[in-house]
Amino acid sequence: MGLEILVCIKQVPHPDHFSEIQVDAGKGRVIGEGIPVIMNPLDRHALEEALRNKERFSGRITVIRMGRPRVQKAVEEALAMGADRAVLLYDTAFARPDTLATAFTLFYAIQRLGKFDLIYCGNETVDSGTAQVGPMLAELLDIPQVSSVQEVSFIDEKSLEVRRALEHGYIKVRLKLPALLSVTRDINTPRLPTVQGIMEVAQKELIIWNAKDIQAPPESVGLKGSSIYAASVHEYKTGRCREIMQGSTEEKVRRAVARLKELGAI
Amino acid sequence: MSDSGEIWVIGEQRLGRLEEVSLELLSKGTALSQRIGVALSAVLLGDEVEKIARELVFHGAEKVYLLEDARLRYYQSEAYARLLAGVIEEHEPQVVLIGATEIGKELAPKVAAKLKTGLTAHCIDLYVGEVDDAPHIIYVVPGWGGNLVMHIICPQKRPQMATVKPGVFSKAVKDENRKGKIIRVKPDVRDEDFRRIETVEVVEESPKGKSLELADVVVCGGWGMNALGGFSKIQELADILGGAVAGTRPAMDKGWVKEARMIGQSGKTVSPGLFVSLGASGAMHYTTGFMGSKVVLAVDQNPQAPIFQMADIGVVGDLCEVLPCLIEELKKYRMPRKS
Repeated sequence: MGLEILVCIKQVPHPDHFSEIQVDAGKGRVIGEGIPVIMNPLDRHALEEALRNKERFSGRITVIRMGRPRVQKAVEEALAMGADRAVLLYDTAFARPDTLATAFTLFYAIQRLGKFDLIYCGNETVDSGTAQVGPMLAELLDIPQVSSVQEVSFIDEKSLEVRRALEHGYIKVRLKLPALLSVTRDINTPRLPTVQGIMEVAQKELIIWNAKDIQAPPESVGLKGSSIYAASVHEYKTGRCREIMQGSTEEKVRRAVARLKELGAI
Repeated sequence: MSDSGEIWVIGEQRLGRLEEVSLELLSKGTALSQRIGVALSAVLLGDEVEKIARELVFHGAEKVYLLEDARLRYYQSEAYARLLAGVIEEHEPQVVLIGATEIGKELAPKVAAKLKTGLTAHCIDLYVGEVDDAPHIIYVVPGWGGNLVMHIICPQKRPQMATVKPGVFSKAVKDENRKGKIIRVKPDVRDEDFRRIETVEVVEESPKGKSLELADVVVCGGWGMNALGGFSKIQELADILGGAVAGTRPAMDKGWVKEARMIGQSGKTVSPGLFVSLGASGAMHYTTGFMGSKVVLAVDQNPQAPIFQMADIGVVGDLCEVLPCLIEELKKYRMPRKS
């Protein structure tokens, strides 16, 4: 018995290096070569919650990621933290998806993996930050879902009370498993991988599946399965004055304050 | 555009109070519906919320589809998503706009997945434009780094759906003489909508400290504040200007500001009279959070930083020198606010 738990993770560029990311304006594509990557920060909170559930109820934790297999930082970190096995979804057919096509890819993989009691996602990623894949995936799986989760309490092994954040305040929701929860940083403090955990990574199961393996119809995944796409990339015209103050520090500041006054800002 | 469907705005109410973003969507929705030549309608779910439906009319909705039921008093994820998808399928609007509030961000993707259509996240503008010589609604979405935006289109699937962050568009003008039709739709609320998931409590608190959204001045610090060991000088500057304190994502990661005060794509969007950016290089993820500000003052030590492209007034220099000097200079103009 115990809980079958799935944690969806994403490998993202390190936020400290966002300003180094270039965009190929012609193709509308992001060039992120050579930028350090990490596991999306909120996904670590998602995994931590899964690990705590497993410690309490026993069970198994699977992490799933879609992306290139070349750099496996996120998967390695998840396994080192304590996930039992990892699934990597990689196929050129999965490339350039919108959020619904991403949810579909995960959906087909889950069809092959079997039933889960709980699925955890980070509420949003630091790169695109749409917060859409979790709720869309739950809808495709036909299970209840809650976003912005701050607190999870088990009423019994099959039902939960969940606190989710509002802008100012919160909502309390009761739900029955199976369910999908998209978590915020308030939910817990993720553990660091132990030395033993890092050593065990190599022994853990890593499944790599392509579109055929998960029987994903080409018309519902990747760019082909996407309803929306970037037609072009443009420079954003701000209409700002872009005046750089000159002189010594005192002069720059005095001029800046004088200009603020002229503009009616102070 | 060949589509004949209406433009829809999803009205959001909590505990009988309309969320401001609904009025912001109505102003953009009005412009879009006039350009395309179709009706602008709103949808509202709740319990005894006809007064709010009238508010939506006063702010530009020609029709309001009103779904009232005692069990819809709170946001209930399965009931709201199913009913909303149902009313959309029945009336076939071509565009559905939803505020990217905490609830809207959860509800919109559920509805989009039910309808198997595309959902553009947090657009900063939308208008009718041409792509490859064909008219499309173009959703302007912040891109990666630098001052780049992506033009997103949804060429085939209908409705086209998009979320818009609160604070990005200006509110529609209220006119109590405006006439509109309130169309009551009897919602088919079922027990099974609440069997797997049910909202049992909604608590809305008043925000702590000076409200970021309402502040006329916002002082925002970034990673560069590390040189000053944190945010105490930012608070001092904000107090002098009578403004609110905010931070970038790296500043939040450092623990200098709470998540509720993070400016940017995945945080808050503000449009104050004066936005002061201190020690932030100006990644697009951050700058989209204050694009609508009237005047922007930026201080950073790197003269090449993109933040200066986004600023009206730029001061290049060491924050350890510039900030104390700026505080002294501003004191001459403004006395500290008494609380």
